[in-house]
Amino acid sequence: MKKLLAASVLALAAQGALADEIRVLNWQGYGTDLDWSLEAFTEATGHTVVHEYFTSEQEMLTKLRTNPGAYDVVLVNAAYTAQAQEEGLIGPVDAALISNFADLDPNLTGNEDLNPGGALHGVPWTWGLTSLAVNAGEFPDAPTSLSVLWDPELKGRVSIRDDGLEAVQFAAMATGQNINDIQDMDAVKAKLTELLPQITTFWGSENDWNQFMAAGDFAVATYWSGSASRSISKGLPITFVVADEGAIGWLDGLSIPASSTHKEAAHAFIDWMVDPEFYVKWDAEGAPATSNAKAAAALPETSFNRTVLGDPATVAKVQFMRPVSEENRETYLKLWQELKAAQ
Amino acid sequence: MSSLSARQDRIRAFTLLSPAYLWLTVAVFLPLSAMVFFSFLSDVPFGDREWHGTLENYQEFFQTSTYATLLWKSLKLGLMVTGISVLIGFPCAYVLAKVIKGRSREALFLLVILPFWSNSLVRIFSWAIVLRGNGVLDFAANAVLPWDVRINLMFSPTAIVIGLVHSYLPYVILTSYLALQAIDDSLIEAARSLGAKRRTILTRLILPLAAPGILAGAVLIFVPVVGSFMEPRLLGGRRGTYYGTVIEDQFVAVFNWPLGAALSFILLAVVLVILGAFSPVLRRART
Repeated sequence: MKKLLAASVLALAAQGALADEIRVLNWQGYGTDLDWSLEAFTEATGHTVVHEYFTSEQEMLTKLRTNPGAYDVVLVNAAYTAQAQEEGLIGPVDAALISNFADLDPNLTGNEDLNPGGALHGVPWTWGLTSLAVNAGEFPDAPTSLSVLWDPELKGRVSIRDDGLEAVQFAAMATGQNINDIQDMDAVKAKLTELLPQITTFWGSENDWNQFMAAGDFAVATYWSGSASRSISKGLPITFVVADEGAIGWLDGLSIPASSTHKEAAHAFIDWMVDPEFYVKWDAEGAPATSNAKAAAALPETSFNRTVLGDPATVAKVQFMRPVSEENRETYLKLWQELKAAQ
Repeated sequence: MSSLSARQDRIRAFTLLSPAYLWLTVAVFLPLSAMVFFSFLSDVPFGDREWHGTLENYQEFFQTSTYATLLWKSLKLGLMVTGISVLIGFPCAYVLAKVIKGRSREALFLLVILPFWSNSLVRIFSWAIVLRGNGVLDFAANAVLPWDVRINLMFSPTAIVIGLVHSYLPYVILTSYLALQAIDDSLIEAARSLGAKRRTILTRLILPLAAPGILAGAVLIFVPVVGSFMEPRLLGGRRGTYYGTVIEDQFVAVFNWPLGAALSFILLAVVLVILGAFSPVLRRART
């Protein structure tokens, strides 16, 4: 009896060492929590995956601060990687443990925001744009300039997200400035003051956006490229536009918290996430652009990520978002609140 | 003997009341004190974040005109919604209490409380369907009127007022109803037999006697409406920024809990001052 018990305890312990339960912290419905992929991952590696979600970058940082050891993989936007590294929240990633690493775009793996302190702290996973989408029925020819947001004919049919930073960045691009180094805040303020009367309502989520667009409330609105590809694949008649003034580019990386206790399994999961096979399947459901060159090449010709984001002329117009200082963030927020309060 | 029974009474009262006081401590006093504590901090005290005590969050309110503008906007919204609710609610309550009798009263009463049984988000979204352009209201007006009309009330202050009045109207109906019910019918009959006109009966008899109920309802509406954030956000569109939405932003979007807490307590103070200023009226109404 005793022997049997000891044997079963041993067996359990051995299984525990091989198969870990890893905890992933991400936005809900953002790639890591697809059922078919997790089932296949568990089958291939024995590790099981549990998810927890955040609804803002600040919440993600707070969760990492307050629950050390609770998470093994976390999605960190490149604009926040340096801050998370500085606070000791995330640790370096070992590229040698990621078999797909060689296929990742060297421009992205070498991105300085993902390599704070000279060491890789986030594996580039996906990237995308925040730009405009228009109702294809009303715009047979897609607009080429951000000035469409200020078109008096479209008054009351324009929408942006209720986010001070993003609003300021769009106004900066419309006034020909660099979003990471805004010099002329007066011009930004004037531009936003003109923009607000154009707006019907602020959109908050992809679901909101789809409903307003389908009901004809929006003619033109800011939108995320990944969401646009999903909306188009669902049959919503919209065109995603990258204006000549530019679009906001963002890069998401997968990081491993410094306090993680399942580092090996975490590396295996990140490897799984940048695998071309996974990405091609995800893309069919609507995904942001991949960091994996092999995966991008494997996409079908008609894929949104291939036709829109795969065009080098488009990518050349994009302004990639750099970390924003606490001070600027506050200035932008105050300006935004002041303008909204005056409505 | 008598002192013993007095002591027993006190013990009995204490045992009977203690669950209520315990509940108040746990559910009201503790969370509120935590928020008071937060409102004096420089940062959220989670993890290794540096924080120290400060008055900056309260000073922030006075540094820009933004918060004061929004607070004034919210107070005006509160007055408007309360006023409209009383104007609609009091006649409803009067009809319920004095005109209708029997089973139909029960049925009507049920209809009054019915909105309470549905989730407030569901109510707001239903209003969105009604008020939008090409919506139910637009469609109905076009079906009835011979000329072409376009009604799009969505994303306007009107939409916010409609949504809020609908949500809070039952409060004023219920409190007024209770006050009106307590008025003895023979008083009204006596006034009538002495030759008082309908208007005189209303202004000299019914309104003064029902005033406590109306005022209680008005306070019940005014306080939550001033701090409301869901209706303005969903129905107000770009004009939906109010004091409540800014507080919500501090907690949900920018994670500045200390500032959010400070703004909430400034609102609480302003509301208390307003209620304090009206307290002589309230007291007179009671006697």
